[in-house]
Amino acid sequence: MAENEIRLRDDAPHDEPAVSLDAFLDQANATAVRIEAGEDARLLIPHLDRLALIEIDFPRFRDGRGYSSARILREAGYKGELRASGDVLVDQMLFMRRCGFDAFAPDAPIDRQALDAALNRYDLVYQTAADDAVPVWKLRHG
Amino acid sequence: MYRYDQYDQAIVDARVDEFRDQTRRRLAGAMTEDQFKPLRLKNGLYLQLHAYMLRVAIPYGTLNGRQMRKLAHIARTYDRGYGHFTTRQNLQYHWIKLEQAPDILAELATVEMHAIQTSGESIRNISADQYAGAAADEIMDPRPWAELIRQATTFHPEFSYLPRKFKIALIASAEDRAALRWHDLALRIVRNEAGEQGFEVFAGGGMGRTPFIAYPIRAFCPGEEIFSYIQAVLRVWNSHARRDNIHKQRMKILVHDLGHEEFTRQVEEAFAHILTLGTDFPHAEYERIAAYFAPPPFETGLPEAIDRSDPDFALWVDRQTIAHKAPGYAIVNVSLKPIAGIGGDVTAEQMEAVADIAERYSFDDIRVSHAQNLVLPHVRKQDLHAVWQALDAAGLADVNLDLVTDIIACPGLDYCSLANARSIPIAQKIAERFADMDRQLELGELKIKISGCINACGHHHAGHIGILGVDRKGTENYQLLLGGSGAEDTSLARITGPGFDEKGIVDAVEKATDVYLRERAQGERFLDTYRRIGMDPFKEAIYG
Repeated sequence: MAENEIRLRDDAPHDEPAVSLDAFLDQANATAVRIEAGEDARLLIPHLDRLALIEIDFPRFRDGRGYSSARILREAGYKGELRASGDVLVDQMLFMRRCGFDAFAPDAPIDRQALDAALNRYDLVYQTAADDAVPVWKLRHG
Repeated sequence: MYRYDQYDQAIVDARVDEFRDQTRRRLAGAMTEDQFKPLRLKNGLYLQLHAYMLRVAIPYGTLNGRQMRKLAHIARTYDRGYGHFTTRQNLQYHWIKLEQAPDILAELATVEMHAIQTSGESIRNISADQYAGAAADEIMDPRPWAELIRQATTFHPEFSYLPRKFKIALIASAEDRAALRWHDLALRIVRNEAGEQGFEVFAGGGMGRTPFIAYPIRAFCPGEEIFSYIQAVLRVWNSHARRDNIHKQRMKILVHDLGHEEFTRQVEEAFAHILTLGTDFPHAEYERIAAYFAPPPFETGLPEAIDRSDPDFALWVDRQTIAHKAPGYAIVNVSLKPIAGIGGDVTAEQMEAVADIAERYSFDDIRVSHAQNLVLPHVRKQDLHAVWQALDAAGLADVNLDLVTDIIACPGLDYCSLANARSIPIAQKIAERFADMDRQLELGELKIKISGCINACGHHHAGHIGILGVDRKGTENYQLLLGGSGAEDTSLARITGPGFDEKGIVDAVEKATDVYLRERAQGERFLDTYRRIGMDPFKEAIYG
């Protein structure tokens, strides 16, 4: 596991290194893939049952394409590790979490205390997402 | 109007706490300015030429007296005693200190207000018809849907780091008072043949350096599916927009590049999928929200007659009031465009006066229009004289709704770091030139819109007469445009020709109005005459 990595899963880390999307689509036995911003996550949907790790890169923290990629993969039923890598900062990690990321490989180390505060600051959310948070409309109407 | 329950309040309170922590980390040097910038922008804090600007959200342009008093208090305590209402129905303060911003947000939270997503690459505050719930021509009050969409798009985890800003507007009438199709996503509430509520959807509008009028992409989206549909639009854009050039990242560029048919096809594909996820709010939630917007208890049997014996009052009534759906009531427009003033600016004292008047005479209801005026939506006709007197005492009884001096102008080079030229002094000079009341009335409806740079915050593309300030070899230069509209007859203004200096542009506007007065047919507005006779007679008069 890389030095800065944060894993919010209980299972053992996956050992196989992630290959590029093109390489993955060419290799029938690869189980870990890395997609770059701008690559179409939907191409992985037919292969999700053999994947244990999908890494989605954030070249700049303001580039939000990876949030949609994560949602698309979780909505398609992907249950394996979904790792955000690159320019991953503490103030974006709550939304990443809500979009289904459960591991982070940030370029710079994350202060765990700040992360805990960020992930626990909001008890309430307005929308359903890829996490199990219950939206307030459901709380209002039972 | 909508009131927060414990959930809404807890979310806004948590946001204040979060931003206080982020500001503390920034001031302590634990975060770079580059990292902090999107966070402060998502809290409405924008660095301008002289200080921070704070943009406070006024959802769909509706607020009450208590909220207006809080805005006055903030103006007095943290700013220079005034605020500025914007073309997206928000309020800006222009002299804010970063270290005080968390305290201001905490003050706002005490009156159910915030600055969430009023700037930055996020889903912005939703704008709506300022006459919602009062207009005689609306099919229903659009605000319950606006509030539902506000909640659905607040802190949306997938769509908080969008390619650019994303603006939604919503109306429920044939007449468009919200510049609907100049928005990224434009929603018009309609009923289908079965009588069900839904939305006519337009996408890809926007001003800026590459103006586009939003294309119709769906004739009818059922109300209960609108959140899925909005998410589908956002997902297509968020996934496929360019990220390499900030000027090409607005959704209008993607819609244009793909073609609106292909864009629509991709949205429909995403929509079919997202619908299956069950993210839409249930009808019971719509009903809960709608109950807050039940009509106020209008009295019946009120007199319709207005004593017009005071000619100044009669003039104001004729120009500033609009037909109300309830008999015996009128909609009052409060001009924020005094001749030689700064359009949209209001002092703390004026805010308090408006709050008083609204509480006493308008069911505690105040609106902001995209033309940067205020509205008292529900005034008994028998109270109009008292309201007029109270407004006059506060310096708010100007008569110019939709007239030549009711000018939209961006803050321009007097405040904004993006501007190439000043806007406010041009607006003032035009207003002074046309100050004579008879002349204004003679010219009739004439919407002048002025931007100090190509970002078009002053809506010059949508002006009957538009003015664009540019920098030409280090001097301010003003281009003249004609024929734009932000109403239901949406159109894009065209540049007449070479630009002018500060005095020249005022002369050019006057020459354009002379052509109108000479050429107009019975009942035509300036815009109608322009559309009929075309650009050439105007060019001839202006450059000839």
